[in-house]
Amino acid sequence: MSTSEILFWFLSVLALFSAVMVLVSKNPVHSVLWLIVVFFSISGHYLLLNAQFLAIVNIIVYAGAIMVLFLFVIMLMNLNRESEPQKNVWMKLFGVISGGLLLTIFVSAFRSSADIFDKTAQLNDGDVGLIKNLGKVLFDQYAFPFEISSVLFLSAMVGAVVIGKKE
Amino acid sequence: MPIQYYIALASCLFCIGVVGVLTRRNAIIIFMCIELMLNAVNLLLVAFSKMSFGAHPGASEIAAGTDAQLFVFFIMVVAAAEVSVGLAIIVMMYRNIHSVDINFLNRLKN
Repeated sequence: MSTSEILFWFLSVLALFSAVMVLVSKNPVHSVLWLIVVFFSISGHYLLLNAQFLAIVNIIVYAGAIMVLFLFVIMLMNLNRESEPQKNVWMKLFGVISGGLLLTIFVSAFRSSADIFDKTAQLNDGDVGLIKNLGKVLFDQYAFPFEISSVLFLSAMVGAVVIGKKE
Repeated sequence: MPIQYYIALASCLFCIGVVGVLTRRNAIIIFMCIELMLNAVNLLLVAFSKMSFGAHPGASEIAAGTDAQLFVFFIMVVAAAEVSVGLAIIVMMYRNIHSVDINFLNRLKN
């Protein structure tokens, strides 16, 4: 078993365990911290796939910006374990059952697919994910969507201020 | 690494997110589970972008992989915008009804 495979299994187990811990934590702050662990392990997967640009952007945008925003909002609301609302046990049971059924459908769909048979994801190699290649295509072919996304950000910013301000 | 492992991992993460949306009542946790689902899809897209199609990689394959990774980049951009607006809505809701329990959000019914 090579180092890449060991890293793959370690990061996968870490991601799945932390994702489950996001759900079962009673304290919302703990959920946020576990979700940050999930994002770091997914960034580790990106590094393993040699998608360096996306790994860094994932850490900066998700673990850095979005999660800090969540943390601020949770601390602003003073949520804690006592005020945490709980669904009744039947709703939880049916939620888990329907999620498991969805997973079963996914697994059965991709097990019988011929398109992915004997295909492998290239680890530790390939220059697809380097900033140089991505930047060339982003500012050449995708320049217009890039500018449109800046308009989207502006509208989201205005929307957040308008919604959040006291009337 | 076989692509099946990545599909299985991303499916598991996505389903954990779905279970979270179905079982929790805290609006912020539900929002975080949606972020988890977006990340599972991103991971799958990156894995597919690195899927080698044959023994002889060509230039068109690199172009296809670049498109997939830029798609992931735009998903992250849209997710950041979505989070800012969504958290503003949750803060406004907390200010009005002093709770983030989604069961209290049935006022559109009446």
